[in-house]
Amino acid sequence: MSRPLRLGLFVVGAAGLGMLLVAGLLDLPRFGDYPGPYGDLIARLAVPQRHMVNTVTAVVFDYRGFDTMGEELLLFAAASSTALLLRETREHDTDDLVAGVRSDAVRGLGALAAIIALVVGVDVVAHGFITPGGGFQGGVVLASAFAFLFLTIEYRAFVGLVPMVAAEPVESFGAGGYVAVGLLSFAFGFSFLQNFMGLGVPGRLSAGGSAIFVNWCSALAVCGGFLVIFGETLQENIAERYGRSRR
Amino acid sequence: MVPLQIVVILFVALGAAGVVLSRDPVRQAIVFSIYGFGLVLLFLVFQAPDVALSALVVSGIAYPLVLVSAIARVAAQRKRKGSA
Repeated sequence: MSRPLRLGLFVVGAAGLGMLLVAGLLDLPRFGDYPGPYGDLIARLAVPQRHMVNTVTAVVFDYRGFDTMGEELLLFAAASSTALLLRETREHDTDDLVAGVRSDAVRGLGALAAIIALVVGVDVVAHGFITPGGGFQGGVVLASAFAFLFLTIEYRAFVGLVPMVAAEPVESFGAGGYVAVGLLSFAFGFSFLQNFMGLGVPGRLSAGGSAIFVNWCSALAVCGGFLVIFGETLQENIAERYGRSRR
Repeated sequence: MVPLQIVVILFVALGAAGVVLSRDPVRQAIVFSIYGFGLVLLFLVFQAPDVALSALVVSGIAYPLVLVSAIARVAAQRKRKGSA
């Protein structure tokens, strides 16, 4: 295709897309316009009904915990398939490989960032029902602490400190624990995943009832899932760069 | 809409253009993480701190890490094949 023709096609396409965009933007509801009743109802009911100040987490782990279980298992499936696809390189192939981090600045800042991420991660998970955050967000922050750790120390030390074999059990324990808490509700005569504990004091760490377990289980599942993905990718990378042929 | 929101929207638009226009994949991954940070600010100024938290880590650390790691692996493989 010649250059003028391509340019002509682009101009026609871009003009059409532009017109559609402008037409769509003109018809957009005003900022903050909210027609549905559910959000307003939840915002009013979450504290008296569920003792949870952060309504987002209340919805995710209590009102519709079953939906979140699906999301949880989705991540589990994604991490497991990554592990399956990249299973060519196993832990013992990379055991004796050394990929040293030589920059002192990277070491220092990485260690600091890892510590901060770890503390923030635990804080975000623990206060899920009080301040923005919860198991999902906190789990990702926790996993990022280990990513910083990898940047800080050499690969061998990283594997020694954070055995990648442990990532999969942590992930499975989290995902399985979520379902187990749901099943436990049956033992108290409730329906699946229904809150079966005292709801605690709103605004305190005790708030949330049995959804607290759901929260922590999802943190483990998310953190483990990300660690599996990180670990497999890094393993492939290290093996390819520093000689898989020594197998 | 407050001025801060307009500034952040412009920053996101610039970042997105930067990601599309950078040619080198490694550079693109790094520009992407800056663009991702813009998205985090966008979520924050539009009052969605829960989303901002996860976006911060996913688009700022996790995604670039996996991407750069994959690029490095492919580059090493290509180099080894070239020398062999």
